[in-house]
Amino acid sequence: MNTLPKLIFELSREGKIGVGLNEADVPEEPAVDPELLRRELADFPQLSEVEIVRHYMALAKLNYSVDAGFYPLGSCTMKYNPKINEKLAAAEELQAHPYAPHDLVQGNLEILARLEEWLRELTGLAGFTLAPAAGAHGEFTGMLMVRKYLQEKGDPRRLVLIPDSAHGTNPASAHFAGYDVKEIASSAQGTIGLAELRPHLTPEVAALMMTNPNTLGIFESDIMAVADALHANGSLLYMDGANLNALLGVVRPGDLGVDVMHINLHKTFSTPHGGGGPGSGPVGVAAHLLPYLPVPRVRRQGDGFDVVFDDPRSIGRVKNFYGQFLVIVRALAYLMTLGRENVGRVAEDAVLNANYVRKRLEGLLDLPYKGPSLHEVVFSDSGLPVKTLDIAKRLLDYGIHPFTIYFPLIVHGAMMIEPTESESKETLDDFIAVMGTILREAREDPELLRQAPTRTPVRRLDETLAARKPVLRWRKGESL
Amino acid sequence: MRYLPLTDAEREEMKRVIGIADVSDLFTCIPSGQCRPQLGTLPKALSEPELTALFREFGRRNSFPGYLSFLGAGAYSHFIPEVVSYLSAKGEFLTPYTPYQPEVSQGSLQAIFEYQTMMAMLTGLDVANASLYDGATAAAEAVLLATRRSGRGRVLLAGNLHPEYAAVIRTYVQNLPIELVTVAADKASGRVDAADLGAKLNDATAAVLFQSPNFLGVVEDGRGIAAAAHERKVFVVQVVAEAMSLAYFAAPGDAGVDMAVGEAQSFGLTLGFGGPYLGFMAVREEFMRQMPGRLVGQTRDLDGKRGYVLTLSTREQHIKREKATSNICTNQAWCALRAGMYLAVMGRTGLARAARACHLNAAYFAKLAAKKRSVRVVYERNFFNEVLLEVRKGSAGDLVADLRKKGILAGVPMAWFDPGQKDRLLLAFSEVHDRAAIDRLLDAIGE
Repeated sequence: MNTLPKLIFELSREGKIGVGLNEADVPEEPAVDPELLRRELADFPQLSEVEIVRHYMALAKLNYSVDAGFYPLGSCTMKYNPKINEKLAAAEELQAHPYAPHDLVQGNLEILARLEEWLRELTGLAGFTLAPAAGAHGEFTGMLMVRKYLQEKGDPRRLVLIPDSAHGTNPASAHFAGYDVKEIASSAQGTIGLAELRPHLTPEVAALMMTNPNTLGIFESDIMAVADALHANGSLLYMDGANLNALLGVVRPGDLGVDVMHINLHKTFSTPHGGGGPGSGPVGVAAHLLPYLPVPRVRRQGDGFDVVFDDPRSIGRVKNFYGQFLVIVRALAYLMTLGRENVGRVAEDAVLNANYVRKRLEGLLDLPYKGPSLHEVVFSDSGLPVKTLDIAKRLLDYGIHPFTIYFPLIVHGAMMIEPTESESKETLDDFIAVMGTILREAREDPELLRQAPTRTPVRRLDETLAARKPVLRWRKGESL
Repeated sequence: MRYLPLTDAEREEMKRVIGIADVSDLFTCIPSGQCRPQLGTLPKALSEPELTALFREFGRRNSFPGYLSFLGAGAYSHFIPEVVSYLSAKGEFLTPYTPYQPEVSQGSLQAIFEYQTMMAMLTGLDVANASLYDGATAAAEAVLLATRRSGRGRVLLAGNLHPEYAAVIRTYVQNLPIELVTVAADKASGRVDAADLGAKLNDATAAVLFQSPNFLGVVEDGRGIAAAAHERKVFVVQVVAEAMSLAYFAAPGDAGVDMAVGEAQSFGLTLGFGGPYLGFMAVREEFMRQMPGRLVGQTRDLDGKRGYVLTLSTREQHIKREKATSNICTNQAWCALRAGMYLAVMGRTGLARAARACHLNAAYFAKLAAKKRSVRVVYERNFFNEVLLEVRKGSAGDLVADLRKKGILAGVPMAWFDPGQKDRLLLAFSEVHDRAAIDRLLDAIGE
């Protein structure tokens, strides 16, 4: 039985050192009361450099990644992360201190301003903040702006409407912005139209948070009428831009009546996910919300750039410094590489790939919502002899990362497949073939799937044990 | 276009399979008249050499690299071993998704488990989470956690909290039933005013947040603050903006604090013009199930083999939606992984050595600067790596401008944050400085 690499603490041996760093060359004259000091870093690792490299190389081998293969994770847009962008973001001359005088960091300020310009043009919105650290942070920022805007108009209102197909971050973000959340049911087609909205559209409604295309991969075709109805009610339309990849260069949310929207640089704009961050969640707003954007804001000033730190109508500061700058660098590099002539092709190929997969799998799997798909398609496990989880785990045995499972919640045993534009037809055909094999296995030998995966570094892990008796750190003498 | 692998022939074949004549047939769901906006003002595609040249040009417009820098105040320059950059840049660490499929994510999961362990050791607390966005948002999450756990709505913020942290906390709670009360700082010691703290602690108070080392560089009396607060059953949160200080001073947990939150950029992350950085949160076990953010836990697989998973996810938004402990989803996983690598490489010896150099360099500067006539060292003892300097004549801005002419970024003028503090600036020192660099600074300041 193969075992996983030891923990770094278990490899540690007294007296080893992994770093070449000298003691300070100033006199040893500390200016601290001795009782404040730490005596030792007990149990901290002690390893040589080569052992550390081997340790992490052993860990690296256990990871699946976009660099290694196909990642059809719906609503996550796991596209290829260009390598040149890593090199550009690592450049020494961009690693400024955030409090360096502005005249010494004009290049960095220009990078921020240029990405803002791209995002404004691509979305048709009037202004952006690049400060939010991730999508959910952007949602929270956007909802704070909604609230401040309504407050200045006299009443912040009480309710935010959220479709039952929405990401869990939507209700959580609305809640922390001070709102009660009301879930509204999608239509039989999986969308939100006037018929779904109207019964809930009371004077208490501050906003509707709508993902578009929604988490079924379906474009909310009534969005303009929905926006009009909201506006007539004094409410705002928040668009969750998690799925913007489908719309890039094809249609601009700002032209559809969207008031505020966050986007994800780590999805649509190719910055690496890093195993769960760092992301970046810029928020764009229509003109009437501009005064509420967070500070700081970068501003073009003559030939150069400066920064606005104070603005009495702003919602305030949502993050340290300027946001996830080096993520922003990568996103700008991606867009500059695409150029205006290729931006639209990203969405086209992403949507073409999704529809190709849909067409090829439609006969094999139940498709509960049959509306036209954009960038992703959601199947259900209805009628199958195994569960979605079993299919997902069997995919691991074939060397493919599973799609998003059990989301959106309105689909039974959801399998949410988003191929992105990064994948070749050959990769899609391989995936489709593997799905065919797995579904055959499901009929002939379902137990094989229930036992899957068997070819991965570990087999199914006991998540109940992990949650019931949490072991969240190593302690000396307590190794499992 | 090298990021788009489909050939035209393949596109044709795929359209045929789908049963459409043109790709535009896939977009008929979009309201007519809204398709294909004009993007004419955006630039055209750049080749890789053109892109590299453009970013080199951005770099050239940044003229900070020529300066000897003593900037800190929440973002710190530290030595990063090359092996950290080498390992963390590997695609296996940089390009995976969140490890929701643990069977093919043991590398990330184990690395984060090791990171959590080292942060728990450094803070002297039971549990550290897998990361939050940054120091400021971690402090805001601590406020939310303390109020949720206590059922009380009043939170005391020490006056010498980083002003950006205080600002972010204010933003976070602006629509929530949480009252923020500032505790005065004692001018003479630079520490929390114990009398004012005592007067403001009451039975409606959820928590007191104090930063140590604080925004003036001074190490607080955590033990005293904790004792006073605990008497009123008030939670104690230590904010740490310079994580390197954790390697030098007794652990927050040992002083009796309940939570430590802050910024761990110092652990192997480049200055990066302010991000991405690394928010951390460590707590006593009793807060574990109320914590925001992801947690990696140890478990066993079907064969009984040790492995790791994301756990206690019933706290999180994808399960609990509006009742979640936080809305956080994507966090700073790669930054945490990189910090874990950094801590492993530095190890027990290297980390202690770097932390000691930070303090000794600052102490060396403080001792010699205190002998000058033109400036005053405001707090001559019990700082970590930051020294608050007061100019006796003119403004701190003048001194900064003067030193800039000599190729030195002397420090952060406090007037940036408080226009009333025109005569003060904060200087930061670390192991990247040597005696020669500090002597150059001392010379440049003059008599």
